[in-house]
Amino acid sequence: MTHQPKQVILGAHFPGVNNTTVWSDPASGSHIDFSSFTHFARTAERGRFDFLFLAEGLRLREQRGQIHDLDVVGRPDTFTVLAALAAATDHVGLAGTINTTFNEPYEVARQFASLDHLSAGRAAWNVVTSSDAFTGENFRRGGFLPYSERYERAEEFITVARELWDSWSPGAILAEGGQFLSDQTAGAFEHHGKHFDIAGRFTVPRSPQGHPVILQAGDSSDGREFAARTADAIFSRHSTAEAGRAFCRDVKDRLARYGRRPGDLKILPAATVVVGDTDAQAEERAAEVRRQQVSPQTAILLLEQVWNRDLSGYDPDGPLPTIDPLVSETTSIVRGRARHVGDALAEAARYRAIAEGKGLTIRELIIELTGRQTFVGSPTTVARALEESVATDVSDGFILVPHLTPGGLDEVVDRVVPLLQERGVLRRDYHEGATLRDHLGLPAARPAAEWREKAIGVSAVDGAPARETA
Amino acid sequence: MSTHDVHPEPLHLAVALDGAGWHPAAWREPGARSRELFTAAYWADVAAIAERGLLDFVTIEDSLVLQSNDPFADRADERTDQVRGRLDAVLVAASIAPLTRHIGLVPTVTTTHTEPFHTSKSLATLDHVSRGRGGWRVQAGGANGEAGHFGRRVLPSLGSDYATDPKASAALRARFDEAADHVEVVRRLWDSWEDDAEIRDVETGRFIDRDKLHYIDFEGEHFSVRGPSITPRPPQGQPVVAALAHQTIPYELAARSTDVVFVTPHDDEHARSILAEVRDAEARVEQDRLPLKVFADLVVVIGASAAAAQERRRRLDEVAGAPFTSDALIVTGTAAELAELLRRWQDIGYAGFRLRPAVITDDLTAIVDDLVPELQAAGRFRTAYAEGTLRERLGLPATANRYAVTTPV
Repeated sequence: MTHQPKQVILGAHFPGVNNTTVWSDPASGSHIDFSSFTHFARTAERGRFDFLFLAEGLRLREQRGQIHDLDVVGRPDTFTVLAALAAATDHVGLAGTINTTFNEPYEVARQFASLDHLSAGRAAWNVVTSSDAFTGENFRRGGFLPYSERYERAEEFITVARELWDSWSPGAILAEGGQFLSDQTAGAFEHHGKHFDIAGRFTVPRSPQGHPVILQAGDSSDGREFAARTADAIFSRHSTAEAGRAFCRDVKDRLARYGRRPGDLKILPAATVVVGDTDAQAEERAAEVRRQQVSPQTAILLLEQVWNRDLSGYDPDGPLPTIDPLVSETTSIVRGRARHVGDALAEAARYRAIAEGKGLTIRELIIELTGRQTFVGSPTTVARALEESVATDVSDGFILVPHLTPGGLDEVVDRVVPLLQERGVLRRDYHEGATLRDHLGLPAARPAAEWREKAIGVSAVDGAPARETA
Repeated sequence: MSTHDVHPEPLHLAVALDGAGWHPAAWREPGARSRELFTAAYWADVAAIAERGLLDFVTIEDSLVLQSNDPFADRADERTDQVRGRLDAVLVAASIAPLTRHIGLVPTVTTTHTEPFHTSKSLATLDHVSRGRGGWRVQAGGANGEAGHFGRRVLPSLGSDYATDPKASAALRARFDEAADHVEVVRRLWDSWEDDAEIRDVETGRFIDRDKLHYIDFEGEHFSVRGPSITPRPPQGQPVVAALAHQTIPYELAARSTDVVFVTPHDDEHARSILAEVRDAEARVEQDRLPLKVFADLVVVIGASAAAAQERRRRLDEVAGAPFTSDALIVTGTAAELAELLRRWQDIGYAGFRLRPAVITDDLTAIVDDLVPELQAAGRFRTAYAEGTLRERLGLPATANRYAVTTPV
């Protein structure tokens, strides 16, 4: 009997609103027009990807008090695009980021359950939290949540959503004889907690997956524990071998205490791919992409995020500023984007050392420091690297982030995917009727009550036992 | 009145979709596909039938509470013999969009609990994915059980006495004032991007011209919203906004906020008086807006003969165990009889009709195959779709962006 090698899970991230998305390239299409989304989704499906992924941001970013204009700006609504894509595709999973701070569980649970019905079981939710009052200005709730309560609210949010998804039993709809429902209380729910105190009837019958796949992006110790306790997959940042393996081990080790097996939580780092006919050609193309990603204006802007002051008078093709960063606990020139510069003075010193050591201009330095490309090489090189990463437990797969809309995935699908299929680490076809949980090899949705029970005895915040048992 | 006159303007025809249909026993009809009500295929097929009939748009019902026989009850009833459960209407509409080309898609979104920012971008996106066919049926959150699903606010209950009891009337007015604010925020956010804001100017490295993005700075009693939207202006600029209204306060909301109003006349006289009330409401609110397109809502039970229609209705009522009642007039008869009524009311001043099929799979098919040809023969309905947006089809001109600065010539 042949042993099936560990499969590579592949997600496709629709290019987002950071400078890594190159809009200045002639091949770059609309980020809004639905045809870009169908092209992208159908390419992912043609490549037998597990899912595609949409990010979200609920306020346009600002820098120096003005709307940031150097990167792609604007995007459509996550749920609405995913529902439309459900009709434009047949198999590929549909994952979207939805914020728990500026939404209510009743609505989000309804929307994901609806998406899961409309896609016949392909929905996934990337749960994110936010504490910033800046984004809160767009919402009636406002940005009042203290940082420490973000995860707490998020966890209770997921708990409530799961209770709502469980409120209709799979057999609740009979539609036979005179009975539409087999259960007169279908959808009844009640939740009394710190953040949500709600009761009533849920409107959406149980969806094909029961619960959509839950993704999370936590990286801190709290975030890892949160994921181990609540998520089906982690969208992580650690794509290099050593960091990835350590992260993978750390998170999977946490699962046992919640009654979960290592295979129950998939680790999926973000990764980029640049392919060329040869490794050398791929390297050249990769350098060109890095250059496209950092326009002269973007170089200054990214430098400002470290210096925390207006550097618009500096020449991007000249040397670093001689003045020091503005150190301030309270004011940041950037708003609406998570970028934390720990010690700005030390960071500036590091920048200067590298720039001086290599003789780099501002733009060259920023390219050097921010250009992150994970897999660069010929199709064979890339396929081998992807396979090896997964085989050696750097991760369970990758979420690929192309730099171009909508064609950024084309080459991977045309040139790398067939090699992965030959190697037996990627499906040649979807199983008929398979849900996203099936694609990912995840167990059936675990009931809300069981999640809750397994989490008992472990504090919600730091993962330490809540109290000693005698 | 001659029925042979060719009316200068064709009437508009919409269909209201909800579950298996508007009769409580609809799902029990043999062809009703009642086990498929929560599948994309069902909705896609229904929309395809409506599009085959060249209809203007479909509306999709929704609510943040489970269906119940008493809309004013604090909790849903526990009946098991009627359809219960719905999918999110915006998402249903979005899933129909790529599979259709012409038909307008008008989902219901309620206003009392949902964030206007979310409403705005989801409807803008529906308009993007449908290339200008999106709309919104505004529903001022009404059902009393809703607040308990959110746990954020305690709202005074709305009762059936809202027209007579001053306290209930005030509660209703507050609810509709908030709905008007909600629509205002949504509309401002739709305009918060000018159409040509995306410039992709490689020379200066700028993707957008930030001067063409606008803060909306709405401050109201229940929310304040800064803007701009995260979603660029929808293709129609302002997707079509509609509301169902039964009395003065909702008529005024419609006059303040919407493009289309659905009303429920029960006979010719009533049809005239409602129309007059709507026009009065418009005059009172003095909105700088085009006159409302007034649609009459009708529940339809169509048969090959009047007797066959009556028999269908009798049979459905018998299965349901009670006579069918509705806020709208229930028309039971042939397609020709229905066509005659529509022509008469169009001549009174109605722009169009929103038909609620008693059984979707039967009555929508009859609308498309029997009613539409009757109207076409009378010159009252289109014989092909023209290219264009839903606004254009309804005779609503493109709206200028309220934030765009026009350069004096």
